[in-house]
Amino acid sequence: MRQLNTKGARLVAVAASALFALSACGGGSVSDATKANESKAAAAGGDCGDFKIIVNPWVGYTADAYVVGEAAKEKLGCNVTYVELKEGGPSYKALASGDGDVILEEWSHAEELKAAVADGSAVDLGSPGNVGIIGWYVPGWLADEHPDVLDYNNLNKYAKDFATSESGGKGQFLGSDPTYTQYDEAIVKNLNLDFKVVFSGGETATVEAFKKAQENKEWLIGYFWEPQYIHAEVPMKRVALPPYSDGCDADKAKVACDYADTPLKKVAATKFMDSGSTAANLVKAFTWTNDDQNLVAKYITADKMSPEDAAKKWIADNQDKVDAWIK
Amino acid sequence: MSASTLDRPVELGAAPPEPEPKKRIPRWVGVLAAIVVWILVWSFTKGHNTLYLAGLDLTDLHVKLAKLGAGLGNNAFTDSVNTAINAIVDFLSKLVALPSAPSPAPVIGWLGVTAIATWVGYALANWRIAVLVLASFLSFGIFGFWQDSMGLLVVTFVSVVLAVLLGLPLAILIGVSKRAATVITLLLDLLQTMPTFVYLIFVFILFGIGAPAAVICTLAYALPPIVRISGFAIRDTNPGVLEATDSYGQSTWQRLVKVQVPMARKTIILGLNQTILAALSMAIIASYVNGPGLGKPVLAALTQNDFGRGLVPGMLIVLMGIMLDRLTTAASERSELIARGGGENVKRRRVILGALLVPVAAAVWYSTYALNAAVFPESQLGTNVANAANKWMDATVASLSGPAGALKDAITYGLLNPMQALLSTSPWWLSFAAILIIGLIIGGRKALVPTLICLLGLRLLDVWFDSMVVLNMTLVATLLVMVLALFFGVWMARSKRADLIIRPILDAGQTIPAFVYLIPVLALFDSTRFTAIVAAIVYAAPAAIKLVADGVRGVNPGTVEAGRSVGQTTWQEITKVQLPMAKGSLVLATNQGLLYVLAMVVIGGLVGAGALGYDVIYGLAHQEASGKGMAAGLSIVLLGVMIDRITRAAAARAGAD
Amino acid sequence: MTESALHVEHLWKIFGPRADRIIGTPDAELSRSALKEKTGNVVGVKDVSFDVAPGEVFVVMGLSGSGKSTLVRLLTRLIEPTAGSVVMNGQDMTAASEAQLRDLRRNHVSMVFQHFGLLPHRSVIDNVAYGLEVRGVSKKDRRATAAQVTELVGLKGYEKSYPDQLSGGMQQRVGLARALAGDPDLLLFDEPFSALDPLIRRDMQNEVIRLHRELGKTMVFITHDLAEALKLGDRVLIMRDGEVVQIGRPDEVVGAPADDYVREFVSDVPKSHVLTLKWVMRPVSDEVGADSPVLPAHTVVREAARSVLANRGPVRVSEDGKIVGMVDDEDILRVVVAEED
Repeated sequence: MRQLNTKGARLVAVAASALFALSACGGGSVSDATKANESKAAAAGGDCGDFKIIVNPWVGYTADAYVVGEAAKEKLGCNVTYVELKEGGPSYKALASGDGDVILEEWSHAEELKAAVADGSAVDLGSPGNVGIIGWYVPGWLADEHPDVLDYNNLNKYAKDFATSESGGKGQFLGSDPTYTQYDEAIVKNLNLDFKVVFSGGETATVEAFKKAQENKEWLIGYFWEPQYIHAEVPMKRVALPPYSDGCDADKAKVACDYADTPLKKVAATKFMDSGSTAANLVKAFTWTNDDQNLVAKYITADKMSPEDAAKKWIADNQDKVDAWIK
Repeated sequence: MSASTLDRPVELGAAPPEPEPKKRIPRWVGVLAAIVVWILVWSFTKGHNTLYLAGLDLTDLHVKLAKLGAGLGNNAFTDSVNTAINAIVDFLSKLVALPSAPSPAPVIGWLGVTAIATWVGYALANWRIAVLVLASFLSFGIFGFWQDSMGLLVVTFVSVVLAVLLGLPLAILIGVSKRAATVITLLLDLLQTMPTFVYLIFVFILFGIGAPAAVICTLAYALPPIVRISGFAIRDTNPGVLEATDSYGQSTWQRLVKVQVPMARKTIILGLNQTILAALSMAIIASYVNGPGLGKPVLAALTQNDFGRGLVPGMLIVLMGIMLDRLTTAASERSELIARGGGENVKRRRVILGALLVPVAAAVWYSTYALNAAVFPESQLGTNVANAANKWMDATVASLSGPAGALKDAITYGLLNPMQALLSTSPWWLSFAAILIIGLIIGGRKALVPTLICLLGLRLLDVWFDSMVVLNMTLVATLLVMVLALFFGVWMARSKRADLIIRPILDAGQTIPAFVYLIPVLALFDSTRFTAIVAAIVYAAPAAIKLVADGVRGVNPGTVEAGRSVGQTTWQEITKVQLPMAKGSLVLATNQGLLYVLAMVVIGGLVGAGALGYDVIYGLAHQEASGKGMAAGLSIVLLGVMIDRITRAAAARAGAD
Repeated sequence: MTESALHVEHLWKIFGPRADRIIGTPDAELSRSALKEKTGNVVGVKDVSFDVAPGEVFVVMGLSGSGKSTLVRLLTRLIEPTAGSVVMNGQDMTAASEAQLRDLRRNHVSMVFQHFGLLPHRSVIDNVAYGLEVRGVSKKDRRATAAQVTELVGLKGYEKSYPDQLSGGMQQRVGLARALAGDPDLLLFDEPFSALDPLIRRDMQNEVIRLHRELGKTMVFITHDLAEALKLGDRVLIMRDGEVVQIGRPDEVVGAPADDYVREFVSDVPKSHVLTLKWVMRPVSDEVGADSPVLPAHTVVREAARSVLANRGPVRVSEDGKIVGMVDDEDILRVVVAEED
């Protein structure tokens, strides 16, 4: 035992020194890197410090977050953390608690936003340049073969074709992540549609479902939105619901109209905006288009790049836009 | 009666037990009859009064609950808890996990942390454990999850320390006072029947988002083992020793610290070990409220349906669990040895440990200096493994999708839908009465009151329809679990070789975080209730199979031999001797199966199963629906308690038969 | 007896609900089973009184369920008595406060248990020192005392061992040492040797006899083994169903059993080991010569046998300096031969 002990101690010691050797080759010193960050910060006109970007679970948002985050790292020397959270309640709680600094793509959690602005925990920074479109979509092949499906008045006619094991004899309407903004159940009910809403659970599951439906010519109708990169890959057509008019979605239980086009919003924690961090200016200035976002989203999904690499590539290709955010 | 006086049980000249009167009708006939009546009434009344509530619909109660909830958080108590836990976690995270700007690295880099951890492994246990620790820490880095691993370690550490600080006094209370034991056990029962997913909504409402919420979720799940295991170890101290030492006039305090706690020490450490593992198993749930750690990439992988990227951090969680388990076990064995004055040369060991501090200190210093020793060098290993896993999964899913679809349809149309029709499209009063009666038949009078209370609660919470859907999925999944458990359990009990092959698979199934296999299951079966059911089966079957196997194997071999001697067939042996004699374990397996399944079926709400799990998550995201989320959470708890009480009462009856 | 070491008076223990309401009512007179039938209560100890003189070895003997183990626990209130009093060291235990009781247990009475009750996580020496530790004696002093006592019970060299490394007999020596370490006035033994092998049991009995001779402690000894009771006891109390059947010296118990129960009990006892000449002698007659040997009346038959048989005629028996009777070969052989049957 004693013999083994010594041997073991020696073994550990040897392993430790091997690790030293391993970590010694290449790389600079910590203080150099720190200085580099400091000088970047100085060049950008101030200190950045910690910058916590909330990331909600869809790829378009991921593109927003990483482009802003990588720009902040590269240009301002920020210490960026990506905080993955569900949208709505959790994200706003994070702004209040200091766990997150910004929401870059707020769709329409109006109540949470109102409450957060009212209690002073968050500020509304306006649009990131994207406009959100939510609606009911069918795969392209279905729109081609049965063009009349694009009018909600004809949906009941096809309800049987949309039925699945989950829809209990009715047509299935595929909802998405439960946390997204949605009132499909109300629409179904108020338009007397013979459909049942079944939730896919998330963006990817919905995307996969549409892909599969297009490939195999399956019947599918579901909740989808733009900007979303998959539109470039899989043709989808939007089903016309009674057009949106002001206030027709005021009472969520009584909605019988289409979704409104949503100017997306940037929302930041008041504490963060008041902190004097240079990243606050970046967030204020950040704006881009649906096409920009879809391109980065495509890098991430179709081209299988990591979000960091995708963002870096886009930043390298669009220096002028990024410089405009920094000033 | 004085505190240092023992009650002696006296059983003198007790009369022989009366022979039990022969039961009039077997239980299953009663259940069957109840179901037939149920179906009859249902056929006339179906579709009325089902209390169906659409996903976004709220009732007055839900609105009121939401208002109540909004007032609950952000008070002086939660704020100070948040501040305190945040301060601790922040400090530790900056120390070992997160970079502290403008520096790109934490205070101590990976090399330093690894060196310290290895040294601690050696100091607490032995060099073998030190090597295991070293390998584990290197894996965290090499697979690209250094920061998340350290985050998880920090949260686990803080939670476990709190669990010990809170748990040991409670354990001692259990050990000292009978009344306290009753009350505390009741609370622990409740905490342990509650699917972990439900903690989320309450913790979210009270403590919001972030490390404190994560720590409290983890704490809630990690506390029961240490309290229960240590409490009863302290309570069950050998009464002979207690009496003997009492006779020397010890005070209650002396009895506690000199006799009860030292004698329970080994078991207390086992409780600590269980607490650590429980804390780790909360990693993913905790990341729903932005808890730092390895749960985050797993959760992200689930939303992105990226199996490989969930598998790698999932396996690292398993690795961390193995490491901490072995470390605590070895440390306890060693301390036992030292306490017994045996083992090794203490002085010599101290010298070695002291000497080893020099390279450790050097590593720590170096890790604050060189960037490569501070931030783990990038490696593609994790990504490569993830990609390979994805490729494998895609191929498997592609080749299995045909039969998988057929299986899904068979069970959905053959079992799930008809049962759901009965449970959820019956008028609520019909299902209410039917469940109560069936519960009474199965569980006996002891199950009546809890079942009634739970049903009333479910009715009052206004998510009755969703509760029935969840109950149905739970019952179907448990039925399938028990079929598997009987088949594999009996097989394993009868064949050593089968046991040898199957058991490790079951062990693996129990350690891999459920969220990881949710992804391939989702790919195979799409967003359906069946996906939730399959995930629940994968989650619950291992424990149930093991319970059945151990129960059947535990059957007195003498009885089996006696049966053989009169020439019974194998089938007769299984059905007439082994299974009836293992009835207690079968009921216990059902009880465990039901609770495990319930926990997983709720999570299935995220992937298409809808119902209560969906209500909880929707309530998290939407302030106005948070009351419904709470109601759904409470309903899950009530379902769990109801199922637990009925099966436990049934188990007690099975034991008495 | 003016100053008894232990004085027990009308001691009761009734287990069950409302036990205290039974004493003094006619129910108290019911038999054990009748009372259980009627009230659900079980009598453990029923109206027991006795005195133990300083330095005496007092044995309580009974079969299992006779209440003897309950009785010994009532003495130090390890079980609370229902009624009656126990006076020890001039103090009524039954009226003692929690603190007084602790003081008595710490300083005046020690107990040895059937299943030893040793602390598995402590070495022999620390087990022996436990009573002193509880009392608050400093570590150095208690270790020193414990070392002496450990040596006294013949365990020198085993101080650092742990209980599970010792045989049952050795463990009980530790229990014995623990009891002696506090230098108590009174030692209680609860069937201390029942769990031991017969050979070891005999060693341990002799050990107790030796220690009693050396230390002169007052002892109350519980046993179910009549031979052990007769061997060790200065006096023996025989219990049955919680009640006292007989109290007396061993020779009294064997020579004059109080009832059939005791007679049945003692029938197998080797009488020659217990009965004294007092129990076999006859009145002096002219058969005995004036020059025949004189033996004291308390001589045990077995010990007297050799000199009686060696003498041609009967032998005279004396008590308090007076000749009180005589025995001859026949008297001796009647006792000895009866055992051969």
